[in-house]
Amino acid sequence: METLEHILLQPFRSIAETPMFFLEVLIGGLMSGVMYALVALGFVLIFKASGVFNFAQGAMVLFAALFFVGFLELGWPVWLAVAGSVVVMVALAFAIERVVLRPLVNQPPIILFMATIGITFFLDGFGQTIWGSDVRRLDVGIPTTPLIVGDLYINQFDLFAAVICGLLVTVLALFFQFTPTGRALRAVADDHQAAMSVGIPLNVIWTIVWSVAGLVGLVAGVMWGSKLGVQFNLSLIALKALPVLILGGFTSVPGAIVGGLLVGAGEKVAEVFWGPLVGGAVEDWFAYVLALLFLLVRPQGLFGERIIERV
Amino acid sequence: MSTAVLERPPTGRPVGEREPLLAVHNIEVVYDHVVLVLKGVSLEVAEGSIVALLGANGAGKTTTLKAISNLLRTERGEVTRGSIVFRGEDVHALDPPALVRRGVVQVMEGRHVFEHLTVEENLLTGAYTRKDGREAIRRDLEMVYDYFPRLRERRRSLAGYTSGGEQQMCAIGRALMARPKVMLLDEPSMGLAPQLVEEIFEIVGRLNRQEGVTILLAEQNTNVALRYAHYGYILENGRVVLDGTAEALRNNEDVKEFYLGLAGSGRKSFRDIKSYKRRKRWL
Repeated sequence: METLEHILLQPFRSIAETPMFFLEVLIGGLMSGVMYALVALGFVLIFKASGVFNFAQGAMVLFAALFFVGFLELGWPVWLAVAGSVVVMVALAFAIERVVLRPLVNQPPIILFMATIGITFFLDGFGQTIWGSDVRRLDVGIPTTPLIVGDLYINQFDLFAAVICGLLVTVLALFFQFTPTGRALRAVADDHQAAMSVGIPLNVIWTIVWSVAGLVGLVAGVMWGSKLGVQFNLSLIALKALPVLILGGFTSVPGAIVGGLLVGAGEKVAEVFWGPLVGGAVEDWFAYVLALLFLLVRPQGLFGERIIERV
Repeated sequence: MSTAVLERPPTGRPVGEREPLLAVHNIEVVYDHVVLVLKGVSLEVAEGSIVALLGANGAGKTTTLKAISNLLRTERGEVTRGSIVFRGEDVHALDPPALVRRGVVQVMEGRHVFEHLTVEENLLTGAYTRKDGREAIRRDLEMVYDYFPRLRERRRSLAGYTSGGEQQMCAIGRALMARPKVMLLDEPSMGLAPQLVEEIFEIVGRLNRQEGVTILLAEQNTNVALRYAHYGYILENGRVVLDGTAEALRNNEDVKEFYLGLAGSGRKSFRDIKSYKRRKRWL
């Protein structure tokens, strides 16, 4: 009885007693959720357009961050480092399309998935061969001092990340919705063969999609890199993106965002209010358990592709 | 669009010295390196005509169209012999986008609209390869809406939620937006009510007359196809077994019996069918 009360009532009571503190935790969680969403976004883009589950998205985040930080250390100004990294990611997209995707066209999805695992190891290794495997500090001048709004302490860095993510998503949404290329991308996502029948060249579309995913990876890499330092671990945040995807649905951009926010907020709140009951570290597994529950109840995720059925 | 009256030959055959718009010479198609589907198909499509490709399930109609539009490769099919000539150019090695730019556009069997795009977005994807500017594309969009008024009503709905007939119209309209010289139309009657089939063929006929779009049509519904086409080829087991003007085919005894379901005189015995099959082998 007492245990039940501890699990079911006590945390809510403490939430009710300290609403401001709860709000801070929640906002902190949502902000880090934004960062998860950034990584998940890259997965969604590629999965939608080519049906490939790109295991290498995490490695692309690391790869982009390594080049960015490397360019900065060469003494390049920030804008040049950004431009250089963009060029690298676009070149990478071209290379992947030419060397991996084109020869494997029409192969079953599992083959393409394995190919992306190969790309993961290659990128992890190649990036570190060029730039070394030390942990590097990345400082792009985003203030880390907390912002005080009323009684709330908000991490300025997280706020900045949220704004960047919001901008990125808006630009992507406009691009997908209102440009001929965006329309073609959505058409390819719907039906490869029909897209080809109207003359949309698949390999061009794939190159574009992988480039966009690379750019999203670059943004994610810079944000995560400034938070944690640029190191091999960055590649592993891709694993945090998996539960986000399962929650949000693999084919939905809004899903990636909402999923990211849910996971971020959920794990922070669980950690702070439920963590003490089990001795902490709830944060590490919370997302995965949540994803598991979701798989049982709603396997296509919150916003997964609506399967259109006419009646 | 074009107001010029076309002096069109009544058949799919070239008149005099004139080259056909599209000619397929003795092609063989193999799937997966082993399955031989087309065993030497030849046909010609004259500019401005409607040519029908008839035959039962699995006869090779769709494969022939896909060989021309080169959508075969996505299904691991391959033209292993013969040639496909469009306006005097051998096109069998071109990829689908290059063919669409030259004016060879396929409307696939089973519609294949982009379900999560609106009807209008579907139509606009058809203009992807065009470089002649927004204004021209707008004009063609209006032209498509004039031919298919139902699409104008449904322009804002997701194509996946429209009816089968509307989806077929959407697929044809989408192909029109690419400004095709020849449209490869695969089984437009599939799964549609007879009245709708008639409506769609009526519009296809008008497109042919008024816009000068040449049409190569694959169809199981022999009856309706031969009413709108000028010339026809009958495929069986990957070979052309019979060809002729629509008129001649309509009056051919074998076609009447096996494709139009009109028995000539009374019941026939099995022996007659066998003799037909025997004859067919030599055609």
